[in-house]
Amino acid sequence: MARDGATTRRLKVENLARVEGEGALSVRIQDGVLKDVAFTIHEPPRFFEALLRGRMYTDAPDITARICGICPVAYLLGASQAMEAALGVPIDDDMRRLRRLVYCGEWIESHVLHVAMLHAPDFLGYPDAIQMAGDHPRIVETALRLKKLGNRILEVIGGRAVHPVNLVVGGVYRSPPRDEVLALRPELDWALEAARGLVAFTAGLTVPAVERDYLFVALHHPTDYAITEGTLVSSDGLDVPVSAFHDHFSEDHQKHSNALVGATRDGRTYHVGPLARYALNFDQFAPEVQDAARAAGLPRVVRNPFQSIVVRALETLQAVIDARALVEGYAPPAPPRPEIIPGPGIGHGCTEAPRGLCHHTYELDEDGRILHACIVPPTAQNQRSIGEDLREVVAAHMDEPDERLQWVCEQAIRNYDPCISCATHFLTLDVERL
Amino acid sequence: MTAAATAPRRPTLAVHKFASCDGCQLSLLDCEDELLDIAQAVEIAYFLEATRATAKGPYDIALVEGSITTAHDLKRIRAVRRQAKVLVTIGACATSGGIQALKSLADTDDYINAVYAHPRFISTLDTSTPIADHVPVDYELRGCPIDRGQLLHVLTALLHGRQPRLPNHSQCVECKRAGTVCVTVAAGTPCLGPVTQAGCGTLCPRVGRGCYGCFGPAETANTAALADHARLPVQDGGAGLDATATRHLFHGFNTNAPGFREEGLRHG
Repeated sequence: MARDGATTRRLKVENLARVEGEGALSVRIQDGVLKDVAFTIHEPPRFFEALLRGRMYTDAPDITARICGICPVAYLLGASQAMEAALGVPIDDDMRRLRRLVYCGEWIESHVLHVAMLHAPDFLGYPDAIQMAGDHPRIVETALRLKKLGNRILEVIGGRAVHPVNLVVGGVYRSPPRDEVLALRPELDWALEAARGLVAFTAGLTVPAVERDYLFVALHHPTDYAITEGTLVSSDGLDVPVSAFHDHFSEDHQKHSNALVGATRDGRTYHVGPLARYALNFDQFAPEVQDAARAAGLPRVVRNPFQSIVVRALETLQAVIDARALVEGYAPPAPPRPEIIPGPGIGHGCTEAPRGLCHHTYELDEDGRILHACIVPPTAQNQRSIGEDLREVVAAHMDEPDERLQWVCEQAIRNYDPCISCATHFLTLDVERL
Repeated sequence: MTAAATAPRRPTLAVHKFASCDGCQLSLLDCEDELLDIAQAVEIAYFLEATRATAKGPYDIALVEGSITTAHDLKRIRAVRRQAKVLVTIGACATSGGIQALKSLADTDDYINAVYAHPRFISTLDTSTPIADHVPVDYELRGCPIDRGQLLHVLTALLHGRQPRLPNHSQCVECKRAGTVCVTVAAGTPCLGPVTQAGCGTLCPRVGRGCYGCFGPAETANTAALADHARLPVQDGGAGLDATATRHLFHGFNTNAPGFREEGLRHG
């Protein structure tokens, strides 16, 4: 609100673009001092946890996939794992590898979409990737081809790129034949060089200088760069099974927001996603990815959120390397899924969605019907961290014109590749300078 | 008039989102081979998932994703309609209310209490309704999510001034045409194929799974015959479903679609 023509500025952005979903940011600056930053989510609530009650355990993967069209596999697999834990369903190594392969498809598709099409335009000063394509046609064309490969992996294994149909509690409806999977090989060979190029491209971007002291939380696996499974670890030494998630983390419902906001049980902000995985799982990167990180000039722990674009490119390279090996060694799971006897139980499932940790908990009755569901998506967990980043970013850029300040705030929010539909849930930027 | 104003103007395209998962608008970005050509053929004037640059309406083509679940969105869809020459709804949320329409059959307060600690912060309608319940819709693309091929077909037809041709026969016909083994006949698997509109490309039966109806009801679907058959005991050739399982078969991603809604309720 204008109060004094000389010292008062107000800046308002109703709808933040290039994110999935609807949200809001309001910034209040009074006499040159940052007073308040509030980051909230306005996505219409869709009540997934309520509408799951009374449904059979088999319905949870497909229904929760509809939380997010960008990362359905995170929901399909997280829900499946939770049901498998509740019902004691064994998953063999062939199925574990098939699941990692389909998830690599989602990582490639989602990361490349975000890195090249949604985030890179911020660094290069374009409103979108289509404008960017005019000056950087090779980058955009290569990204589209990589993204298409990610979708192709999802289609070959899952039957469909958005909301795959072939994944089910216990495994798959039909094990893809070896020749169909092997047909992915030539494009994956091409993708290796393309992903290296994406890393080099992101490493050349100029990033705003910010250092944040994050508490990182991620899945960790002793041999693989954790995607589909692992233990829950943090940068302050936590190492617990995923079933202990709720002992250490909670969700709080804040005023004016349709998403629940994550924090540690003792009230601290934590950070999930590429930077957390990079910090906690660097040793599990393939040697080539470790070398690429060093060549890109990244420190061992990245605390500048604007460098998340480089880490996403590195993770894309890792996903391509993994997918190649998984395709090469593919053995169709047989049977495609074990016999499952429904019954009572409580189960937890947890995977690394491209945006970060995604945790599911379900309680089943004696018929295998859902009594209680709790889903903790990555963007809800990162909401406080996004708010704190913005505080630093606004403080550092407060003297710049409104247009520039708004640009860098949007860029900072996109560091999280926020899936606001996931946080059940969007952005309006409202900067008030009083 | 300036030279720019007399040059042939590209049609403008707007993409709007209501309550949804973003998966149907993602399908536009998933047209990797066609995206840059689409951006040449139309001016992408409003598409927040892809660009921060927005041009004022009216727009020649508006794609609308998502269902109406809040009073605010009820106002917004009317504004979207006023700004659109041709309005195309995309996906199960926009065409029938989506999975979240399950709340229309339940007590909303109970739902809010189940998810949120401070229900008074939440403002929502009791229903999740399709766009056509509120404003006239020119074309609808079914699916959860939509099929990329159908999206490209409709955009191409509209750009050339042709009527889009979308199938209104059932999924069952598609399986026969494709030579896909019938999952109900071969394995007794409950399948919504006979009552579901074609368009996905036989995705589920091809992997040995029954159709779960994500393209919504086909025209003149005999849902009662299908439900009665699914409820027959296995030894009598049915799938042996109980009432709840039969209700859930119809009350999925198109819960609120005429035909599916009533058939599900019949097995309350």
